[in-house]
Amino acid sequence: MSRIEMQRIGKSYGPVRALDQVCCVFEENRITGLLGRNGAGKSTLLQIAAGWTFPDQGTAYVDGRPVGPGDSPDLYLMSEQDLYPDGMNGERALRYSRRLYPHFDEAYARMLSEKFRLSLKTNVNQLSTGYRSIFKILVALSVNTPVVLLDEPVLGLDANHRELFYRLLLEKYTEKPFTCVISTHLIDELAAVVEDVTVLRRGQVLYSGSREALLSQGYAVEGKAEAVDRYRAGRPWIGEERLGGLKAAYFWGEPAPDTVPEGLELAPLDLQKLFIRLTEEEEEK
Amino acid sequence: MYLDGDKPIFQQIAEGLEDGILSGAFPEESQIPSITEFSVQYRINPATALKGINLLVDAGIVYKKRGIGMFVSQGAVEKLQAKRREQFYAKYVRALVEEARRLNLTEPDIQTMIRRGFDHESD
Repeated sequence: MSRIEMQRIGKSYGPVRALDQVCCVFEENRITGLLGRNGAGKSTLLQIAAGWTFPDQGTAYVDGRPVGPGDSPDLYLMSEQDLYPDGMNGERALRYSRRLYPHFDEAYARMLSEKFRLSLKTNVNQLSTGYRSIFKILVALSVNTPVVLLDEPVLGLDANHRELFYRLLLEKYTEKPFTCVISTHLIDELAAVVEDVTVLRRGQVLYSGSREALLSQGYAVEGKAEAVDRYRAGRPWIGEERLGGLKAAYFWGEPAPDTVPEGLELAPLDLQKLFIRLTEEEEEK
Repeated sequence: MYLDGDKPIFQQIAEGLEDGILSGAFPEESQIPSITEFSVQYRINPATALKGINLLVDAGIVYKKRGIGMFVSQGAVEKLQAKRREQFYAKYVRALVEEARRLNLTEPDIQTMIRRGFDHESD
């Protein structure tokens, strides 16, 4: 099992509409980046995919079968929530994971604990934010389930440990591909790691598909304000910035042109810049 | 070779590898790194690395040996030089003339500078 499909998912928490009419697919054996601002619904969506929580409307399917309640040995969700009972140290938590996941590679997890210099003697809940993330990364990279969902895996990690994590993930993935969904706010770092992207905005899907197709639809044009304004007319622009007589306008929704009129400059938009423009709120402009 | 975000990553991987072949870092008939190595080293999706390398495979610059890996083709350097020579005008000369115009530099000014560049290199 490994292809995840969300069909018209809706979920409310009291008055808050966390997800609304969400349709998207996490393709089999691909790495998908799940992007969205705080409160956009990323964690809720991953918890629904894992069967930890249930949608009010719609259905989540894994390989065509509706997701049932409870933990599945074929799917691992690394979440922000702390799952280990108080007083459980790393050693015991690893043994606990081995019981839940038949293909759990304890030797590999131990090797990773040395790479990250994580003490397995310490109680998991007493670790710092960064090392709690690292402990969960250890487990996520060792479970060997066909689906691994990572909700903010690099929360609190320093730059060196984040790089180490991306390398280990890709090593593992190139060795034996699995379906992987990663949510993060550090978009620049993850942009090249993912093949597909799903963007959530206020509980709705803004984009779901290949990263390359998303980027090929976005570009920026810079130059004198009047020239930029002239160029902008009739094109799908999503934002602009002004500095004196200079202006930059951002476009999304048509292929980037090969050339622009004399006096203007064409610039690509990377994933993070595009994301910021697409999810910017009125008050932030 | 580093990734800078101005071009699609697969293209940067292809160009970086081309630069390596032209500089002799990857001699003809030598093995190039695997998709896994490219992916892990540059922290990019293996599908992207594969797409970049396949550009060179399609152009006959690199070939695959089943079950062993990928190698630089015989004659790859010459092929790449020919290709880069063709791109030279569009990539360098046109940009040079454009900037020269903005700065009111004349053709003789530029020729003097080009001569200086060549002389400097032979020092």
